[in-house]
Amino acid sequence: MQAKLRIRRFNPETDKKPWWGEYTLDEVLRTDTVLDLLHRVKWEQDGTLTLRRSCAHGVCGSDAMRINGANALACKTLVKELGVKNDVVKIQVEPILGLTVEKDLLVDMEPFFDHYRSVMPYFVTDTPVPADGRERLQSPEDRARFDDTTKCILCAACTTSCPSFWADGRYVGPAAIVQAHRFIFDSRDEAAGERLDVLADTFGVWRCRTIFNCTNACPREIKVTEAIAEVKMAITSGRV
Amino acid sequence: MKTHVFDAVIVGAGGAGLMAALYASRGANVAVVSKLYPTRSHTGTAQGGIGAALGNLEEDRWEWHAYDTVKGSDYLADQDAVDVLCKEAIETVIELEHMGLPFDRLPNGRISQRRFGGHTNNETGKPVMRACHAADRTGHMILQTLYQQCIKNRVNFFDEFHVVDLLRAGDAVRGIIAYEIATGELHVFHSKAVLFATGGWGRCWDVTSNAHSLTGDGTAICLRNGVPLQDMEFFQFHPTGIYKLGILITEGVRGEGGILLNGKGERFMEKYAPTIKDLASRDVVSRAIFLEIQAGRGINGQNYVHLDVTPETVNKYLAEAGETRRVDRAYIESKLPDIADFARTYLGVDPVEEPMPIQPTAHYAMGGIPTDLDGRVILGAQKQVLNGLYAAGECACVSVHGANRLGTNSLVDLVVFGRRAGRHIAEYCQGADQGRLATGTGDAVYGDLERIRNGSGGVKPYTLRRRMQQTMTDNVGVFRTEATMSKAVEDLRELRHDYQTKLQIDDKGKTYNTDLLEAWELGCLLELAEVTAVAACARQESRGGHAREDFPERDDERYLMHSLAAPDGRGGYTLEYKPVVMGRYEPKKRVY
Repeated sequence: MQAKLRIRRFNPETDKKPWWGEYTLDEVLRTDTVLDLLHRVKWEQDGTLTLRRSCAHGVCGSDAMRINGANALACKTLVKELGVKNDVVKIQVEPILGLTVEKDLLVDMEPFFDHYRSVMPYFVTDTPVPADGRERLQSPEDRARFDDTTKCILCAACTTSCPSFWADGRYVGPAAIVQAHRFIFDSRDEAAGERLDVLADTFGVWRCRTIFNCTNACPREIKVTEAIAEVKMAITSGRV
Repeated sequence: MKTHVFDAVIVGAGGAGLMAALYASRGANVAVVSKLYPTRSHTGTAQGGIGAALGNLEEDRWEWHAYDTVKGSDYLADQDAVDVLCKEAIETVIELEHMGLPFDRLPNGRISQRRFGGHTNNETGKPVMRACHAADRTGHMILQTLYQQCIKNRVNFFDEFHVVDLLRAGDAVRGIIAYEIATGELHVFHSKAVLFATGGWGRCWDVTSNAHSLTGDGTAICLRNGVPLQDMEFFQFHPTGIYKLGILITEGVRGEGGILLNGKGERFMEKYAPTIKDLASRDVVSRAIFLEIQAGRGINGQNYVHLDVTPETVNKYLAEAGETRRVDRAYIESKLPDIADFARTYLGVDPVEEPMPIQPTAHYAMGGIPTDLDGRVILGAQKQVLNGLYAAGECACVSVHGANRLGTNSLVDLVVFGRRAGRHIAEYCQGADQGRLATGTGDAVYGDLERIRNGSGGVKPYTLRRRMQQTMTDNVGVFRTEATMSKAVEDLRELRHDYQTKLQIDDKGKTYNTDLLEAWELGCLLELAEVTAVAACARQESRGGHAREDFPERDDERYLMHSLAAPDGRGGYTLEYKPVVMGRYEPKKRVY
């Protein structure tokens, strides 16, 4: 099959503004990923095409991009999902929105990680470790409460699909809330109150308008909107 | 060139680098320099578990873990290092839990454990539940937890700085040179100590579980700077990679009861490992799959077999083994959610309904940069310490994995030896001298990079990389012979020559020039591939992951030794050997 790719290109050293590059690939398989095709363009046709990628199977979170208008990981999006017609697949690839494009599909991730760091994304407790030198105990039920949000790979697909984030980049965004949720609802952690204070602030959870783009975009199938709702509930009820 | 001054620089931000950073930061001013954002590191893809004899479900002892590790290594592991690994595994796993790592839990609140290949109760010989896990994303949780702790402890990170050289001054180090990916500028990190934690080089092969970024940079840089590399002939082929893609399917699938089946529907591992069957060591299982395929017993005669974790099959064999445990769809989904997702996404197969097509995949470097028990790099057969240089994790060779690594032990290795190296660095930096930088620091590697940037020979890096991956897959794979390995050495010589003379890249710019860096990485891969082939060719025996058709038996008389490979000054590589550190376990025939 043939793939016709339309890729948003921008090189700050040579381009005044972004442009669309068009590339045709033959002998494409239905099971090829978009990353496979981008690699073929880069390796066979134009080595200047620039993107981030590493593990190539949806775990490292490097290659979130906008594929046919929706955020996804390039390595986890297969040709067969993109509407093959008459043995041709048309694929449009752009950088994720809301973060500054540095070059082609690669964006500045620093604001994203700043938001991540702002929610105390680490385990906090003052309780001494068990005297027997062993693990803290936690019931399977308590562990299950925050299981979903431990899956987050910080790919930014959710945050950069969120209209509230597009409107104002100071909003911490769904990914940071997911990371906070992972600790707020961990029975061993003792800093839920401080995190909830951060998230109750102007650029916290109330910027969320329950649009569900984040949930649709998450390549790990985390119920992001639900996690945000649980944080909202915790803030209003004062209970975790 | 901008110069930064630190006590210590840690290169690589996976499990070993981050663990070392946490500990080194307690007594030294540390920078972590990584070509990736830390959370992209390959530790995050480890799935099934981290081995530690916690004994949460049944009796277990660290000594059993140690014996399993030595047996798994085909007696090539250093037994003093294995003792440290298995003993400290217990306290380190507990420490991870104390850092907040969300392990799966048992009804009594303790960390959940599962079976894994080669881990046994030494008295009964039966599989033991030793692999502590967080579903099938244990590595992800380790990486996340360590990164979170680094943020909490305000560790300095230089993300997307690609290390391209080591600064060595005689018997000490002075730091590293890194290329800032965003700007193309070279930076000098002037330090008393350097730790390499740069991972493996599975990208030498065509079908691999390894990330694109696993190009052996730190290992190649050490080789170029006079550090002979140890046991490079031993590279693990994991038995269960997704057919054609190489994506890893954890051994935890078999730990939960999954079964390997050939084209005739036979559970063929019964023939090769009568006692623990599908849970034999990885080298044993990979060879068995290869032999089944070679005998025409692949699925429909093709190059793959099935891994079946459908409840129907699992329960049938559990019943046959006289076990009362049964599994259902919900159980498989909860214990192996990512595996189910991979199979559905990449194979279009629902593993709860149908078996998964799998084949062996290049997975893990047992060899690498030789170190002592504190992560200090040691040179040659005399084991001379190179002051201030450290290595930990997959790029290092302590050696705890010998000729074949047991499943879960890579994660144990990262945290146990990352921690020891970090502690030692903190101590070393207290007394060590910063030293002076030589004039012309960084000029050589600047020249190398400019040569790549300006090359005009018309050959794209991709072409050379593909040829390298093809020859390594064809000739230095699960089974090897003198003829195939010599062919690989010949091919790789030619490829290195082409790399030096014919390379041409498209991107001549400064900003995020990944074309240039991929080409630079290819240089590392080519050198490590050739060292691997040369070391493999010289070892005339079969041991662990190194299986020769022309020398099918292990030969302890001649080869119960670690190899050390170094440049021979004529463009090739030369080998010497050093003894294995023995201990409680005498070599005997390896039966599973």
